[in-house]
Amino acid sequence: MAVQETQAETQPLLEVRNITKRFPGVVALNNVSLKFYPGEVHAVVGENGAGKSTLMKIIAGAYTPDAGEIILQGERVSFAHPVEAYAKGVSIIFQEFNLLPERSVAQNIFLGREPSRFGIIDRRQLHRDTEAVLKELGVENLISPSALVSSLSVANQQIVEIAKAISYDSKVLIMDEPTAALSSVEVKMLDDLVERLKARGMAIIFISHRLGEVFDIADKITVLKDGQLVGTVLTKNTTPQEVVFMMVGRELDHYYPPLGKPEDFGEVVLRVTDGSNDFLKNISFELRKGEVLGVAGLQGSGRTELAQALFGVVPFKGGTLEVHGKVQMIKNPTQAIALRMGFVTEDRKSEGLFPRQAICDNMLLAVRSLQPVFGYIFKDGLPKERKLVPGLGKRVDIRTDSYDREVQFLSGGNQQKVVLAKWLASKADIFIFDEPTRGIDVEAKAGIHDMIRELTKQGVAVLMISSELPEIIGMSDRILVMRDGRIAGELPAQSSEAEIMLVATGHGQAENNHSSVQAEAGKE
Amino acid sequence: MATTTLPANGSKNFFRSLRIPPVYYFLVVVFVGGAILDFIFADGQMVTNPAILTNIFVRSVALGIVAVGQTFVMIGASIDLSVALVISVTAVMTSFIMNGQTENVPKAIAVVFLIGAFTGLVNGLIITKLKVNAFIATLGTTLILRGVLNATFANFKGSIPRSFEYFGYGRIGPIPVSILVLLVVVLAGWFVLARTRYGFQLYGTGGSSEVARLSGLRTDRVIIIAHIICSMTAVLTGLFVVSRLRAGAPWIGTDGVYDLESVATTVIGGTALAGGRGGVWGTLGGVLIFGVLDTLFNQLGINPFMKNILRGLIIILAVASYTIRSKREAA
Repeated sequence: MAVQETQAETQPLLEVRNITKRFPGVVALNNVSLKFYPGEVHAVVGENGAGKSTLMKIIAGAYTPDAGEIILQGERVSFAHPVEAYAKGVSIIFQEFNLLPERSVAQNIFLGREPSRFGIIDRRQLHRDTEAVLKELGVENLISPSALVSSLSVANQQIVEIAKAISYDSKVLIMDEPTAALSSVEVKMLDDLVERLKARGMAIIFISHRLGEVFDIADKITVLKDGQLVGTVLTKNTTPQEVVFMMVGRELDHYYPPLGKPEDFGEVVLRVTDGSNDFLKNISFELRKGEVLGVAGLQGSGRTELAQALFGVVPFKGGTLEVHGKVQMIKNPTQAIALRMGFVTEDRKSEGLFPRQAICDNMLLAVRSLQPVFGYIFKDGLPKERKLVPGLGKRVDIRTDSYDREVQFLSGGNQQKVVLAKWLASKADIFIFDEPTRGIDVEAKAGIHDMIRELTKQGVAVLMISSELPEIIGMSDRILVMRDGRIAGELPAQSSEAEIMLVATGHGQAENNHSSVQAEAGKE
Repeated sequence: MATTTLPANGSKNFFRSLRIPPVYYFLVVVFVGGAILDFIFADGQMVTNPAILTNIFVRSVALGIVAVGQTFVMIGASIDLSVALVISVTAVMTSFIMNGQTENVPKAIAVVFLIGAFTGLVNGLIITKLKVNAFIATLGTTLILRGVLNATFANFKGSIPRSFEYFGYGRIGPIPVSILVLLVVVLAGWFVLARTRYGFQLYGTGGSSEVARLSGLRTDRVIIIAHIICSMTAVLTGLFVVSRLRAGAPWIGTDGVYDLESVATTVIGGTALAGGRGGVWGTLGGVLIFGVLDTLFNQLGINPFMKNILRGLIIILAVASYTIRSKREAA
């Protein structure tokens, strides 16, 4: 072991020297040099646009650098295509899944490299090879080679991706935001897997927005900012605050705005009693004006389904729903919008925005959906509406040169602001946020958090769903924890991650209030 | 107890392992329903007379062969609307070149297959290299082919020799040669898709060209080959049609609506329009459904235009049932 370590010290597995990459108008990477050692998990962090994805794409052969060199095991290499990188033992797992959902695990792992004779597949060999790879990862009991990828959970799909990378006999594995779609338990599983790969002497490069995980998994952390190398630190010698400071130049304390005070909270605007549908059971809770009610829970616990039920996407079938003191049946989103509810969805691109339409049209989408079909022709609505736009833009602080710009050209943070503006325009006063800051860089995240808090000060009630516990804890005035489609418990503000996790996994004794009945019911 | 349940379980698993495309349940429903109607309103020969049963298959041969090719391109997330015109061109050229002489048969076959391969190659190149949407690209080649054909040939031209009618009318024992050809084409299609690297690459490319590219596949070549295969099946259909009709005319392919019907039967068979999923067995089921309907309407002597109403309903029902099913699976 000691010998290995000294070898590791002297001979990096992969080294990048003086890498520079320019895109029209931007220097994405400026003279970056890094070394990656075997048996080491090396996290690369930085805000969106810091250049980390560009660097990874260069290492994996998806981009060619304008200057600089890549040295793999002492040998200078240049990859024209990811396939060449794979062949040399450098694999990348991209942020978006790269699997074919309609094909089996085996077919996915060995796509393009199927064992065959005269073009005819050797199916037994394919099955055996796949089993061997899965066994190497210790997941042979979890995933069958013949299972369709679409039938697997997100976490298991991630494992198949890793298996695919391993099957190229990789020495260097790059993981770009591997945990973005995973729940905490699944992340733990991934951690174990990474440990195994480390033990095999692989160099693992890990990109993540979630600092908590970076600190759990990584041995070393490199911070990039604006295409420049800020520095590399050993995880054991640093703190998250320090890393955030390196990333953005400010301390972690500024991360979340102060919680609401009791006098900020007003009357109950939303009350659910015994709500249920195919995914949800016995949902009862109240939401007050001016508060942020956080909803935590593991992946699949029914968080998103709760939001969808409230907003009428997949409505409640049983129970009662009171909005502004009146019993309502919300059967579709139009009704919800008419009741001044706003839903900021998890998936901005497919559910929240029309990426190819102008910012202003996106902002006015919800307002227009409430108007009669010919409303804005007959009622002088069009010019009036458009007058709203600059005000809205200012309120949510969108940074753009023109509101006619297509939304797809905005950064993730700015896109999220457009979604917010959309609901502000419809005068919503009950906001449902589902993963409001997923995939958004640290600075924009803080901006969104400030904005959510600002909304509550204007009398808006916020229900915020998040899989990131620090976000839940940092933002929530009360915390609902879901499990198996039920509300497993309610926790006060600033509960610890451990307390939330205990309830979410069904080991908690947090039944200290009216929701204890549901918690009991949830134990059946 | 155990002895009675176990075999039942076993046979259930056996059926599941066969992975029968759901379209065959539709086929059974259509056939049984049709047979009942036939018994009530006609002579019930659809079931009792083997000749009529066989006829269902023979009617399906023309559409079936080209639908196998269409399945290939559609699995690759492409589409080929030019098959109808390729069929027309084949029919016309075959009877023109053969001109009633047996010694001209090999030459004619060689020429039409070359034309087919060339059309498929051009389609594939336009789609992959010029990046023209497949629908538009093959619509374009359709118009070009139609223009050339109509400018050159007005009506029936030439004829085929007696010997060539063997393809359309010949029998080996009780089984028509054409049915055997269809089965060979379907089997070959199944083998290529399910057992060869090319098939796996086609599913990969159709499922996600990005994933396929990142796995090192030459996606352009995969799609081009699929288009060549598809055009070749259209040629084979054209040869069959002309051997039945004994002479070729420019309107044969378009009148047969082979373009839209091959797409329809492929979709009924469970191949996704978006690509990456499906197979030729499903397509064969879709083709047979159309064959049963044809025969049924013939039997009942109903206005053949009514047939299209039913076909339309079946397409919509089939695809709706697939989406509902996959939604349920997802949930």
